[in-house]
Amino acid sequence: MMSAQKVVVPLSAVLALVLLACVGYVFAPLHYFMLVILPYLCGVIFIAGFIYRIIRWAQSPVPFNIPTVCGQEESLHWIRQDKQGSPSNYLQLTWRMLLEIFFFRSLFRNSKTEQAGQGRLVYGGNQWLWLGSLAFHWSLFVIIFRHLRFFTEPVPALVIWLTELDGILQLAIPTLFITDFVILAALTYLFIRRVAFAQARFISLPSDYLALFLILGVALSGVLMRSIFRVDLVAVKDLALSIITFRPSLNLSGSVGLPFFIHLLLVCCLLAYFPFSKMMHAPGVFFSPTRNMLNDSRRKRHVNPWDRPVRVHTYAEYEDEFRVQMKKAGLPLEIDEAGNK
Amino acid sequence: MYDKGKVILGLAIFLCLASFPAWYIVLTGKGDYRPAPVLATSENQCVESKQYMREYHMQLLNQWRDDAVRNGRAIYTATDNRTYDINLTGTCLNCHSNKAEFCDSCHNYQGVAPNCWDCHNVPVMGK
Repeated sequence: MMSAQKVVVPLSAVLALVLLACVGYVFAPLHYFMLVILPYLCGVIFIAGFIYRIIRWAQSPVPFNIPTVCGQEESLHWIRQDKQGSPSNYLQLTWRMLLEIFFFRSLFRNSKTEQAGQGRLVYGGNQWLWLGSLAFHWSLFVIIFRHLRFFTEPVPALVIWLTELDGILQLAIPTLFITDFVILAALTYLFIRRVAFAQARFISLPSDYLALFLILGVALSGVLMRSIFRVDLVAVKDLALSIITFRPSLNLSGSVGLPFFIHLLLVCCLLAYFPFSKMMHAPGVFFSPTRNMLNDSRRKRHVNPWDRPVRVHTYAEYEDEFRVQMKKAGLPLEIDEAGNK
Repeated sequence: MYDKGKVILGLAIFLCLASFPAWYIVLTGKGDYRPAPVLATSENQCVESKQYMREYHMQLLNQWRDDAVRNGRAIYTATDNRTYDINLTGTCLNCHSNKAEFCDSCHNYQGVAPNCWDCHNVPVMGK
C-alpha cells in the first residue's frame, strides 16, 4: 500500500462514520438504534471481546524466562543490583510494572542513533514520543473520568473536584479544559510524527492511523460540542442514566443534537473496535513476558510448559549397549565389564 | 490457562471499573432522578427559544455581560426581533428568581459549578 493510501483510507472510514451519524440523526426512526441499541451492542462487544482476548492470551504458554533487563541483576551482596532494571522479587517487579503502566518507563528509555557526518555515529535520548504519549494517555484518563458526571447521580465529589481543577484556567465560557487542549495537541503530534518521519511512516499501517483518527474524531467532536455546537446536556445525561440503569428511554427532557449523534457513534465504534485493535496494549502490558517476569533464571529453573518428555539415550546407556564391541575395537571405556571406572 | 488466579483477579478488577456507573447508580438509588427546575412566571418564552436557552444560556449570559459592561450596549435584539434590556437583575431574574430551585437543580445534576456567584450575590426573594 502506498503511504498516502495508508492515511486516506482510515481517514475516509472515520469521515464515513460521521456521515452515517448525520443520516441517523436526520431519519427519526433510526434514533432508537443510534442512541440505545448501538451503545448497548458496542458495550457488549467491548466487554466480551476484552475478556475473550485476555483469556486467549492467558492460554498462551511462555516458553522462556525473557525479562528485558537493563541493569545489574541480583548477585553477590557487594554488587549493587539495579532493582527496577532487573527485578528479582515481586516487590521490585511491582514497582517496575507500576512505573511502566503509569509513566511508560521503557518508552522514556527510547534512544536514537544518528550519523553525524563522516560515518560518525552519535547516540542520544529521544523522549518526544514518550512526552506526547504520556500527555495523550493522561489526558484521556482525566477526560474519561470527567465523563462520569453524565453517568452518576449524585456526581461524586472527586469527579467535580477534578473537573474544576481541569478547568482552573477559567478561559472562555464554558470553561476550556486543559486536558481538552492537551489531548488535541498530543494527538496532532502523534499523527505528524507518523507522517513526517520516514521510519515511522514506513512502519505505520492503516490500523495505526485508524486508531488515531477515531480517537481524534471523538476528541474533536467532544470539544466542538462543548465549546461551539452545543447540545442539551441535561437531555444527554437523561439518556445516559436511562441506559446504565437498563431502562432505556428516549423520553428525554430535551432533544440531543447532531453533534451528540456524531460523538456517540464515534465512541461506540471506538469501543467495539477496541478489543480487536492495537489499543489492547492497555491490558497487554500486564501480559508482556519481557516486563512481568523476574530475572531469576539462575536461581529457579523455568520449565517450558509445552516441553514433552523426550526419549533420550545417555552415553552410559550407549556404553552398556556396545561395551563388548567397543572393547574389541580398542575404544576407551568409562566403565569396563568388571564395573570398574 | 496459566496464572489463573492473577488473570481472574485482573479481569474482576476490569469488570468492576468498567461497570462502575451501573453499580454506583444502584447503590445511590437515584437512577430515576431527573431535575425539575421550578419557574415562577406567567411568561411562556425566554429571550430565545427554550432549546436554545438550554444549550447556550451560559454563552448568552457571557455575551450580555460583555455587551453591558464592556461595550455599553443596553438592548438585545432576539432572533424573533423582540428587544430586551440587557440587564441581569431587571430581565433575567424577573422570572429566574430562585437560584436553588431553578439554576441549581440542573447545575447539580450536571456536576457544574458556574463561577457567577463568586462575585454576584444570590438574589433574595422579596417578602
